[in-house]
Amino acid sequence: MQGNEACVYAAIDCGARFYAGYPITPSSEIAELSAKYLPKVNGIYLQMEDELGSIAAIIGASAAGKKSFTATSGPGFSLMQENLGMAIYAEVPCVIINVQRNGPSTGLATRPGQGDVMQARWGTHGDHPIIVLSPSSVQECYDLTIRAFNLSEKYRIPVILLSDEVIGHMRESLTIPEVEDLIIINRKLPLVPAQGFKPYTPEEDLVPAIPPFGTGYIVHISSSCHDESGYSHNAPQTADNLVRRLHKKIEANQEDIVQVEWFGPEDAELTIIAYGVISRTAKQVVINAQANGLSVNLLRLITHWPFPDEQVTQALKKARAVLIPELNLGQVVQEVHRLNSFNTPVYQLSRIDGEIILPSQIMQKVEEVLK
Amino acid sequence: MSGYTFKSYLEKSQLPHMWCPGCGDGIILRAYTEALAELCLAPQEVVTVTGIGCWGKADDYLGTHAFHGTHGRALAFATGIKLGNPDLTVVALMGDGDAVTIGGNHFIHAARRNINLTAIVTNNYNYGMTGGQYSATTPLEGKTTTSPNGTAEPGFDLCFLAEAAGANFVARTTCYHAVALKNMIKEAISHQGFSLVEVVSSCPTYFGRFNVHPSPVKMLNWLKDKAVPVQKYREMSAAEQAEHFAVSTLVNKNRPDFYTTYKRINRPDQSAKGEE
Amino acid sequence: MNRPPIQKTVRISIDSRSCKKCGICYGFCSQNVFTLARDGTPEVTNPSNCTYCRLCDLRCPDFAITLEVIS
Repeated sequence: MQGNEACVYAAIDCGARFYAGYPITPSSEIAELSAKYLPKVNGIYLQMEDELGSIAAIIGASAAGKKSFTATSGPGFSLMQENLGMAIYAEVPCVIINVQRNGPSTGLATRPGQGDVMQARWGTHGDHPIIVLSPSSVQECYDLTIRAFNLSEKYRIPVILLSDEVIGHMRESLTIPEVEDLIIINRKLPLVPAQGFKPYTPEEDLVPAIPPFGTGYIVHISSSCHDESGYSHNAPQTADNLVRRLHKKIEANQEDIVQVEWFGPEDAELTIIAYGVISRTAKQVVINAQANGLSVNLLRLITHWPFPDEQVTQALKKARAVLIPELNLGQVVQEVHRLNSFNTPVYQLSRIDGEIILPSQIMQKVEEVLK
Repeated sequence: MSGYTFKSYLEKSQLPHMWCPGCGDGIILRAYTEALAELCLAPQEVVTVTGIGCWGKADDYLGTHAFHGTHGRALAFATGIKLGNPDLTVVALMGDGDAVTIGGNHFIHAARRNINLTAIVTNNYNYGMTGGQYSATTPLEGKTTTSPNGTAEPGFDLCFLAEAAGANFVARTTCYHAVALKNMIKEAISHQGFSLVEVVSSCPTYFGRFNVHPSPVKMLNWLKDKAVPVQKYREMSAAEQAEHFAVSTLVNKNRPDFYTTYKRINRPDQSAKGEE
Repeated sequence: MNRPPIQKTVRISIDSRSCKKCGICYGFCSQNVFTLARDGTPEVTNPSNCTYCRLCDLRCPDFAITLEVIS
C-alpha cells in the first residue's frame, strides 16, 4: 500500500467522515481515495474551489460534529494558513495532511522536499501552538494519521501530518489493526447543564468541552478574541488569558504529545537527527557506520512540533557531534542550535534539488566529522 | 404560535450594538430575528455564520449557534457546517466585502453547488468597518476613502452573479422595506438549495456621506427611490435602469441541493467504476 | 394603500439607553407620532395618532422602540 492511501484508511478507521480539499500533487491520491471510500461509510467528500475554502469547510464540518480532514502540498498549505490560525484560536479539531514537495512556489511539483517544517510551525500569524507529526514509513502514515486525529480531538487543536512526496508515494506492506483494537479518542462533551453554558470554559486539562452545533447547548465559535462565552471580548486580560491558555494546554502535555525514535548504539559519538524520508537514509547510515566501526546513532523526530527539546538536548549533551541532514537549507538545524548550550559541534547537510540525500552523502559527512 | 419573538434570538446582554446611528445592519438583524420567530425555529436549530466587517459583528448580538469566521470565508465554513449536520438551519450573514469581494470565489461556488443554506448579504457599497473604502459593489465613480475622485471599477450585481452561478432562490430588497425584507428572509430560509437575499443597505457614515447624504432618513429615502419592483424595472429604458435596481424575488428554481444529489449518486453500497 | 383608521390605543416607549438618535422613526412616521428634541432625541408627542403599523419598530436599527396595544 502507498503512504497516501494508508492515510485515508486510517482517517476512516478512526471515524473521519468529512473530507474537503483541492487536488494537488503529490497529495492527490488522498483526495481520490477519500472520494471513493467516504461515501461507503456515509461520509462526504467535497472538492472545494481552493484551499482557503477546503480548510474552512473541514473546520465547519468539525464544528458541526464530524471528524474532518484535508490534504495538500506546499502551495495549498500556504493558502490554508489563514484558517489554520482560526482553528487554533477557535479550538476546532481537524487534521491537515501536507505531502511536502520541493519549493518555494510551484517549485518541483513531483519531487520531495522538507521545506515546510517552519511554515507548519509559524505559517499562520500571531502567537500560537501547533502539533505537527512526521511519518517516515507507510505504516507510520497509518499510525500517525490515527494519532493526529486523537491528539486533535483530545486537545482541540488542528494537527498537521507533515509527510513528503517519497513517503506519500512509496509502497510498503503494513499491518492494519482491527478497528475495535484501535485506541480512538473523541472530543469530550460538556457535563454541565445547557442553561448558562459557556463553550470556552476550560476544564482542568485547560481544554474546553465544546459540543457540536445542534445539541441542546448554544455554541458560539469565534475567530475574534473571545471570553469563555465565545462572544467577542477585547479586554487585554481576556486576550492574554486566551493565548496563554492555548499554549499551556500543549506545553503542559509535552510528554503525551512528543514522540521520537532512538536508533543505534546508545552512547554514540555522533548523533544524526533526521525525520521523514531522510530518517530512512540516516538509518541505513547508522547500520553502515557500525559495520565500519564508526559510532553513530539516530534521533528520529516523530513529533516535529512541539519540538522535542528534551530529547534533542540529551543528544547534544551526550554526543561529540550532531549532524542534521534535511531537504531544506536548515530548518530543524536552527532549533538544534537554539538548544545547544554545550558547544557541541552541529553539522548541517542540505539538499534542495528535488533529490533525496543518499546514504553515501551522509556517510561521507560522518567520516569527515569523526576523522 | 411557537412563543418565539425576535427577542428570543438576541443576546440582550450584548446590546446596544456597536453600529453607527441609522446603520442598516440593525434593521436587517431585526428582520432576520423576526423571520426566525415566524418560522418557529429554535435557537438551537440555527447556526448563524458570519464573516468580518460591520455586518460580520452581527453574531455578537445573537443567541442562536454562531460561527464567526474569517473575512470572506463565511460560505465555505457554512458549507462544512451544513454538510456536517444537514439538520441544521444554516444562515450566512455577509457584507459586500465578505460575499463578493474577498469571498467572491466561495460565493459563486456555493451557489453553483446549491448548498442548502441561506446567504443574507447586506450591500452598503463600501467597507464600513475599515473606514469606507471601495468594494466590488461600489458603483462606477462612487466616492470612497480609497477612491476620493470616484472608483474606476464598475460594481458587481450580486443577484445576477448568484443567478448565473446557479442559485435556487435569489431576491433583493432594501433595509427601507423592513416588512418585505422579513418575508423575503423567511422565504429564502424555507427554500431548498442555495438562497440569497441581497439587502441594499445604508451606510450613512461613509458611502452616504460621500455620495448621497449623511442623514439616515435621506439614505433610506434614497434606497426607496432607487428600488423598483422587477416587473417595472424590466419595462424601464436602459438609462432609467442605470439609475435604479430591481427588487423582489428574481430567481425561484427547484434544482435539488448538493446533499440530496450527492446522496443519490453516492450510495454506501455502490462500487466505483472498474471495481467489483 | 389608504387604510381606514384603526381605533387602537398604543403605548409607545423609546429606550433611551439604546436610542442613537438616528431620526428614522420620526422621519418615516406617516402619522406624526414623533417629534425630535433639539438634540435629535425622538419624543412620542402624538401617541393617539398611532395606527400600529409597526414600521417605526421594525425600522429602528437599535431595537429601541416598544409598541404595546392597550385596547
